[in-house]
Amino acid sequence: MVPKHEKLSKAKAKELLEKYNVVPNQLPQITLTDPTLENMEVEAGDIIKITRKSPTAGESVYYRVISIG
Amino acid sequence: MTLPPSIKKAVERESEGLNKSKSKKLLEETERRFREMSVVPAEAVGVISAQSIGEPGTQMTMRTKHFAGVTEMNVTLGLPRLIEIFDARREPSTPTMTIRLQDDVASDENKVREIAAKILEVSFESIMKEIVIDLLNFKIEVTLDNSSMESFNIDIKDVEKAMNKVFKKHKIVILKSGLIRLSPKDTKTILNLYKMKMKLKSMHIRGVPGIVQVLPIKRRGSWIIMTAGTNLRRVLKVPGVDPTRTFSNNIHEMFRVLGVEAARNSIVNEALGTLKQQGLEVDIRHIMLVADTMTLNGDIRGITRYGISGDKASVLARASFEVPLKHLFNAAVHNEVDNLSSVIENVMINQPIPIGTGLLKLVVKRDKK
Repeated sequence: MVPKHEKLSKAKAKELLEKYNVVPNQLPQITLTDPTLENMEVEAGDIIKITRKSPTAGESVYYRVISIG
Repeated sequence: MTLPPSIKKAVERESEGLNKSKSKKLLEETERRFREMSVVPAEAVGVISAQSIGEPGTQMTMRTKHFAGVTEMNVTLGLPRLIEIFDARREPSTPTMTIRLQDDVASDENKVREIAAKILEVSFESIMKEIVIDLLNFKIEVTLDNSSMESFNIDIKDVEKAMNKVFKKHKIVILKSGLIRLSPKDTKTILNLYKMKMKLKSMHIRGVPGIVQVLPIKRRGSWIIMTAGTNLRRVLKVPGVDPTRTFSNNIHEMFRVLGVEAARNSIVNEALGTLKQQGLEVDIRHIMLVADTMTLNGDIRGITRYGISGDKASVLARASFEVPLKHLFNAAVHNEVDNLSSVIENVMINQPIPIGTGLLKLVVKRDKK
């Protein structure tokens, strides 16, 4: 049920934003209190890479930026 | 555009044994087809999704309840359930859980029944026969039901233990015959006695609170447990339960316990399951789009005037959905500006809508001189 969540490094995050030509607040969000982030060292503004198992594409990658509460 | 990794892998698998130019051609052809199939930029995917879910919705049964065959449980299905999902209601009208078990347990019926019995909540009320308030002697007298105690496999010692925990200060007399006398220690008011009676009745003895019914069923060779009533957080910790494949049909509970992504998956699964059960085929992509939109800000918002539809930037767009006057008055009071940048506003004022070719605009870069 819960796909893989990983934190993107600062450099990777910058690369991503440039690739899609977006700023962080245009990305989908995930709250800092989300249970999946409990054991990760993250802070608001970090970008989380989510690798979903998709029935249509096999595997799909989704990004969420951490928002406060 | 690049191919998704899964398709690339499939192509590679297929082109094994072919010579280089042929496999290259195969890849190119796949890419061409893939590009052809994908949605063009500025297509109104949301509207298409809405129609694709809405049309089958009109064909759904209006009846609320159904006996879902083998499961022997009454579960809300059909249109009412679909509305429940997309509105993101706090509690589903029939909360249920599907508990999957670890492989070594799932094939053993006895072990499965053992776990099911452990999960089922047993309250004091379900093992007693009679409860009487004795006003003369200021006592509560309870007769236990031995046969139901036996069927739940509960000893009188379990009852004693639970009572000692809940009614620490009070005097408890437990007779072997199954008669319990409970007398309050200090304040001797009738109201107090009555409160104690209610407390005693709802006293938790064993199991996971909230699970009112369990039903082990065999599906495709392995056992699963269906429940009425949910308590995901506690059930996931029960030994033998596979926490990665156990879920609740309460989307908010999934969100609280497992996070947004699990909630998104659960919206997709529940909606698709409801439609499938009615014999309706809706492409999963439409539902995934809706689920992504509902979980966009890390929380779950329903497609209601308080959720997504109430969040639109444009005043006119909001007014066109529900309760128009409220939005127009509020906008006037707060001096809101409408940039007329979205679709509905432009339909209203009879201007080209920003969809498809209407989205494209010409931008001139003038030389700086």
